[in-house]
Amino acid sequence: MNPSPILSVEGLTVDFLSDAAPLRAVDNVSFAVAPGETLCILGESGSGKSVSSSTILDILDCPPAEIVAGRIVFEGRDMGTLGPAERRDINGRRIAMIFQDPLAHLNPVYTVGWQICEVFETHGVCRGEEARRRAVELLGHVGIAEPASRMDQYPHEFSGGQRQRIMIAMAIALKPSLLIADEPTTALDVSVQAQILDLLRDLQREFGMALILITHDLEVAASMADRIVVMKAGKIVEQGPAREVFTAPQHDYTRKLMSALPAEPAAGADRRSKSERGETLLVVKGLTKTYELPKSMFGKARSLLAVEDVSFSVSQGETLGIVGESGSGKSTVARMLLRLNEPTAGQAFYRGQDIFALDPSEMLALRRKVQMVFQDPYGSMNPRMDVFTIISEPWLIHKDILPKAQWRARVAELLELVGLQPDCMGRHIHQFSGGQRQRIAIARALASDPELLVCDEAVSALDVSIQAQVIDLLADLRNRLGLSYIFITHDLPIVRHFADRIIVMRNGRIVESAPTESLFGSPKAEYTRMLLAAVPQPKWSR
Amino acid sequence: MSEIIITAAPPAPRFAGLRTTWRYLVRDKFALVAVGFLVLLVLAAIFGPMLIGELATRPGLRQRNLAPFSFAHDWTYFLGADTLGRSIIARLLVGAQNTLGIAFAAVVVATLVGGTLGLIAGYTQRLYGAAILRLADIIMSFPSLLLALIVLYLLGPSVTNLVFVLAFTRIPIYLRTTRAEVMELRQRMFVQAAKSMGAGHLRIVLRHIAPLTIPTLVTIAAIDFAAVILAESALSFLGLGIQPPEFTWGAMVATGRGYLQSAWWISFWPGLLIMLTTLSLNIVASWARTAADPQQRWRLQKLQRSPR
Repeated sequence: MNPSPILSVEGLTVDFLSDAAPLRAVDNVSFAVAPGETLCILGESGSGKSVSSSTILDILDCPPAEIVAGRIVFEGRDMGTLGPAERRDINGRRIAMIFQDPLAHLNPVYTVGWQICEVFETHGVCRGEEARRRAVELLGHVGIAEPASRMDQYPHEFSGGQRQRIMIAMAIALKPSLLIADEPTTALDVSVQAQILDLLRDLQREFGMALILITHDLEVAASMADRIVVMKAGKIVEQGPAREVFTAPQHDYTRKLMSALPAEPAAGADRRSKSERGETLLVVKGLTKTYELPKSMFGKARSLLAVEDVSFSVSQGETLGIVGESGSGKSTVARMLLRLNEPTAGQAFYRGQDIFALDPSEMLALRRKVQMVFQDPYGSMNPRMDVFTIISEPWLIHKDILPKAQWRARVAELLELVGLQPDCMGRHIHQFSGGQRQRIAIARALASDPELLVCDEAVSALDVSIQAQVIDLLADLRNRLGLSYIFITHDLPIVRHFADRIIVMRNGRIVESAPTESLFGSPKAEYTRMLLAAVPQPKWSR
Repeated sequence: MSEIIITAAPPAPRFAGLRTTWRYLVRDKFALVAVGFLVLLVLAAIFGPMLIGELATRPGLRQRNLAPFSFAHDWTYFLGADTLGRSIIARLLVGAQNTLGIAFAAVVVATLVGGTLGLIAGYTQRLYGAAILRLADIIMSFPSLLLALIVLYLLGPSVTNLVFVLAFTRIPIYLRTTRAEVMELRQRMFVQAAKSMGAGHLRIVLRHIAPLTIPTLVTIAAIDFAAVILAESALSFLGLGIQPPEFTWGAMVATGRGYLQSAWWISFWPGLLIMLTTLSLNIVASWARTAADPQQRWRLQKLQRSPR
């Protein structure tokens, strides 16, 4: 432990008040950061990691929150004894923060240059030409090309990664001694994430800042942290040097987390299908989707090629992984297969029938056989319906599946199948956790006895340890029910032990298509190699 | 992982919610008074005419332009009497029934028609969706009071026509809000999920979309109720609203107009009631918005601190 920490948090306890008993969000949390050190606060959603860091900057709304106990000491001063003006002066100048969603935290009606200059002006450092000169310098520093001309552009004219760079530029403008980064890369693609993490690392070395990195991503934590604090349900369950926590975790929860690391060759590593490949279920040929963009005043009509000439096939009992970054067209493919979007060209044969040429009654029959599990378990189910109504809806639509008298028994059966208790069918969806909701969504998808399940980022919104459980469930269901999957994700490691074959997509095109083993063992395409390399490596092994 | 976590989940919002709603109401004293006033008003509007109805139309020569706050006569003359010597208290009670009844009918009609058209306009991408919207734009861009004047002049003033005109001019508000809400809901994942299950348009609209627009519509209706009362009062004041012997508060203000210098109370009391009613409705609507918003709800809760 460093003897002189720049920031120490001692016994911090925060409650959220309401009519019921107060909800303890942070419970007796203590940690410290030394200058130049990176501390990672690792935890799943709701573990209190963001609340702890908001308290340091005093940006938590009180009430409804209440700081019950604890002391925050920054550079030898107790933050609790400072007045609001002193506190504001520390924020931004000595402690800076970057957030998860840079689009939401940059003001859309001001140019980025104006917003960076504002930092200098609020703290009375400099103004006018001098502020502008320093802002340009900063933008160049964080890797924005042609900073002088891009100064006068608005946030929406930048990409996600560039916006995060701008946020970082604002944060380091006054050379703070502590930078708090709250999930800085969660909204970004893997390859962009690697660049941002590199930038943070370089800046930290250059300025000697202390960095508190809040994340739920084990790989990000491993690649950045000197020390790690693991939080669960508001409490610190384990803290120590990164290497020790990762290689020899003490607490049960930490051990469970570490086993969810997809790179670890854990015991349940092989989730691929064991059965022989059956007959071909789905053949997709030359699938193409173009979007017509509105005409600009003088230019001619432009069109955007979302998906171009995509062909693949899926056999019975097989899992096909489709991997790509945002904008690669992978979700559009799924939506076209379910006829949620109409393709511009191409054919898709399901058991020999062209999906895009079906009449309405044939389409209705197909909708029984092909089901979709959506990304967001919070949004994909109607919040006003209870679990029974949600799961039984397919039977209401397809009247011949099951007589009404058997619905209750079958819902109970399906709930048990996905590992939930049957007596929860009367509850509403907001009473379940994310992982449980996704299980309900899977139960609903199974209700019509499908043959092919299309999972569009089905585990991306879930916490790491829950992701593994849901994938285990899917693998188990496939082996028991003989299902086929099209599993769409942006996360390459996640499909490694699950998919039989993987398609890598970029800009609407298939870059590489290969069996999982050979894709990971000897990737052919340059892009695949880059994706694989973008997976962060632990700091201690570099 | 098969256990169900319910400890952190909020209580079920509907049936157990009645007591919670009452607690939230008690926490906001303004809203409590406003609700109390409105309840009293509704009770008066329902039962008042039965009890002292004939008093409202019985002229009394001895009480002509009787000043308020005098105990010389019956208590029904405490707020004074109008130019024909009719008790103002009795007239306020009977007028409440007409005023609130017309406003209520107009709001219900506008909500139903506007909501339905909004559902269609928001859900469909066909031509008639756009046509509905243009219709709303036309109604909106025409001054509503002027429109009411013209229609009532042509059709002749009657209670039915009044309700029709008031409802017609309010439709765009409900239509536009519902449409905006539906356009957002239509993109929501659970609607896509229902579509991928094979649900038809009717099922999606009625089962998945319509129930979620109701809370918004109810909130707007509460605010709009006040606006309708004012519009109706204005029309009656101009003599195009309800016709004698029927009357509303607005018509009462109109009768007193000529006597403002000598007998201010004839216009004052109905005017005060119009003001109090609209004020109460606005307070209640704003309370309801706070109570329905999970981010703001803590303002109405008794924040229980943990012992230390």
